[in-house]
Amino acid sequence: MKSGIIGKKLGMTQVFDTDGKAIPVTVIEAGPCIVVQRKTVQNDGYDAVQLGYGPKKAHRAGKPMIGHFRKAGKGAFGVLREVKVNTDSPLDAGAEVHVDIFKEGDVVDVTGDSKGRGFTGVIKRWNFKGGRATHGSMFHRAPGSIGASAWPSRVIKNMKMAGHYGDERVTTLNLKVVKVQPEKNLLLVRGAVPGARNSFVFVRHAVKKGN
Amino acid sequence: MNLLQELEKAQLRTDLPPFKAGDTVRVYSRIKEGEKERVQYFEGIVIGFHRNAVSTTFKVRKESYGVGVEKTYPLHSPLLEKIVVKKRGDVRRAKLFFLREVSGKKARIREKKDWIGKKGIAVPVEGTPELPASPAPETAEPKE
Repeated sequence: MKSGIIGKKLGMTQVFDTDGKAIPVTVIEAGPCIVVQRKTVQNDGYDAVQLGYGPKKAHRAGKPMIGHFRKAGKGAFGVLREVKVNTDSPLDAGAEVHVDIFKEGDVVDVTGDSKGRGFTGVIKRWNFKGGRATHGSMFHRAPGSIGASAWPSRVIKNMKMAGHYGDERVTTLNLKVVKVQPEKNLLLVRGAVPGARNSFVFVRHAVKKGN
Repeated sequence: MNLLQELEKAQLRTDLPPFKAGDTVRVYSRIKEGEKERVQYFEGIVIGFHRNAVSTTFKVRKESYGVGVEKTYPLHSPLLEKIVVKKRGDVRRAKLFFLREVSGKKARIREKKDWIGKKGIAVPVEGTPELPASPAPETAEPKE
């Protein structure tokens, strides 16, 4: 059954596999999540569950949200995510989702918000080459020409220029699950995942591969 | 201690003898060749540690037929069979990269005779830490 879980990125480290090779892993504290709402074809046109993660004080939630959380009856949550499920899925409002939905060797996708980098020049943001630093070069990190003059006499759309970079939704596809520790709610995936430490990430079975 | 540190701590090896830069060690590592597995050793001077919890590595250098050879080992790797400390070196820095540039008499490292480990536990060469029979004498502490 394909499914997903919300978690918190704890950071990166390495583990040794059975051959003694060091594998770079990201440690994610995943779940337990509560199903806040079950969406069905009859009601909503598709089958899905809305997961809640990260307890939140009830008085911090708005009134409409309190009403929404009350239907599941498991308290308020800071993060909500929706996962599509099969029609015959046993998950109902109030059910718990644990990290043991994944097992070693599974392939997963991890979604998170990338680290915010603020207002960034074109070299960092778009990997422009830049100019020479010395020998009289007067062209260092500037973007250069952004178009012709009289025609089209405007800058064409989507021109790569300086601006805000990072803090956007990024999904890393096809990461391998190295280890699952259900007793500690830990999930170890090979490689890097988007976001800073302690930021929320969403992990789901890979949509383009395996399983 | 957070969950990440706990996870790392569970992987740390505690069975290896303490050693540091300047020591001469013999590192026994398991090597897989096809189906067979054998143990190979590499002996040389430890020229530095890169300390980072479970990712800690150390560099061992030796001169082999006039050619300098350096190997970097992950300290906590399960492939390390054992480490035998042959000599304790008396050095004043943590990284001995200057050894790459020198040879002959300059490349010698003075031996530290009565080395006292942490908490006054004498660590004999070629062995595991052992409590001294009598209370560690203060005079044995090498003054730098």
